[in-house]
Amino acid sequence: MIHIEGLVKKFENRTAVDGLSLHIDQGEIFGLLGPNGAGKTTTIRILTMLTQATTGKVSIDSCEVSMGNQCIKAVIGVVPQHFNLDIELTAWENLDLHGRLHHMPREVRKQRIAELLEYVELSDRGNDMVQKFSGGMKRRLMIARALLHQPKVLFLDEPTVGLDPQVRRRLWELIRRLKGQGLTVLLTTHYIEEAESLCQRVAIMEKGKLIALDSPLALCQGVGAFVVEWDEGKTKFFTERIAASEFASTLTTTTTLRQTNLEDVFVELTGRKVVG
Amino acid sequence: MLYDIWTVFWREWLVLRRRIGRFILSRMVSPVLYLIAFGWGLGRSIQVNQGNYLDFIVPGIIALNSMNISFNSVGSPLNMSRLYHKTLEEYLIAPIGSLAFVVGKVLAGALRGLISSVLIIALAYVFGARFILNAWFLLALVLNCLVFASMALVAAMTMNSHEDMANFNTYILLPMSFLCATFFIPDHLPVPLNWIIQVLPLTHASYALRGIASGEAVPILSYIVMAVYIAIFMAIGVWLMKKVRE
Repeated sequence: MIHIEGLVKKFENRTAVDGLSLHIDQGEIFGLLGPNGAGKTTTIRILTMLTQATTGKVSIDSCEVSMGNQCIKAVIGVVPQHFNLDIELTAWENLDLHGRLHHMPREVRKQRIAELLEYVELSDRGNDMVQKFSGGMKRRLMIARALLHQPKVLFLDEPTVGLDPQVRRRLWELIRRLKGQGLTVLLTTHYIEEAESLCQRVAIMEKGKLIALDSPLALCQGVGAFVVEWDEGKTKFFTERIAASEFASTLTTTTTLRQTNLEDVFVELTGRKVVG
Repeated sequence: MLYDIWTVFWREWLVLRRRIGRFILSRMVSPVLYLIAFGWGLGRSIQVNQGNYLDFIVPGIIALNSMNISFNSVGSPLNMSRLYHKTLEEYLIAPIGSLAFVVGKVLAGALRGLISSVLIIALAYVFGARFILNAWFLLALVLNCLVFASMALVAAMTMNSHEDMANFNTYILLPMSFLCATFFIPDHLPVPLNWIIQVLPLTHASYALRGIASGEAVPILSYIVMAVYIAIFMAIGVWLMKKVRE
């Protein structure tokens, strides 16, 4: 569904994306994981034609991503990192504007707006000005807006950034429900739990480069499924719990034995944490 | 294309309709002050070309006010949409052309300029001004609104902060407000300054509106100058919209 080959984006003397190549299958929920500045948002901006790539080839649904190629716009839905709803319009009007911009017939538009407001649990707030909405409500409305014209690919750029944990989990549930609709989802995140919880495969990015790509489970097993932590930050990975347990029992300081997570994978690969 | 222009315009119309009362009231303040100060106050002791100063100044105030309203209806909101609210991205991601966006925005800005101009014309009659209103007068007014709405679009797409937009107002619009034949005939100004003034669009709006209002021959050149400005600003606007993807 999404094919990226040798993608490079340079800004003056900084390379934001450095030779990225990957393929995302139809119906997959795929995550781009990495710290701020890893090149995740720039990649999404290139895929959604908001930024031009310096070099490289990108295609979505067999349609090449290039400026002026309108066929891409019909198949993508975008939820950007920042709230970019029109605060001078109501929730319904925001969706209506989006539908009109995508040339949806009036009756279809009306029906889809009602359905999607229901889907994101905002049916009773359709006539309220968006300015009054909380962060979580705005994000849900942005997802509804991105889905309105029935895209084949949904881009979610840091969909839960800045939201409290409860709202974040509610949004995860919403994103999980998209899985059943055959939609391809590409999401960027720097939240480990989000990538583990939602994504079938994860690409880990660091300084514009792809440094690992697999399912969360395979990535964790790649460094060792179990980890022993001791002395504030020292870690050792093991493929078997028994071996990890035996090693932990030899240490005299306080130790923790737990399952490896994507944060551990990231630290192991780059020597630093995803967040911070 | 026409449907896309309508969609862009429709969004602006929705917002305007919601606050039409506030819009009308706020746009009446400065023209009323101009009419009182320059029409009733200063105007009673001044004659221009053996005529009433109020009659002279009304076309200038209409030109000046339609410039300001058309410019500010497009300039600041679009600049904010591009830099702060990021709502411009919604249009960039949508399957609509740059020309449709530019035309829709400019028409919406011009509409606001026209609404406020209608108010001033009504007010001017209340204040006792007498002038001729016909299709040529309306055409000059529409062209002036389109000139400054399209200029605002170019400014909004090139200025990289709200402060820069304010500076554009200060350095470009404010001098034009006073010098472009709005309050006086610029013939007596130093020649080099007069040359500059003669190429500015507001001068031609003032000439055209005043000429028609006082029953003179239609100043075709002024209409052509305004049309050329519109074409140039629109073309730059479309180019900037295409270039906005860095």
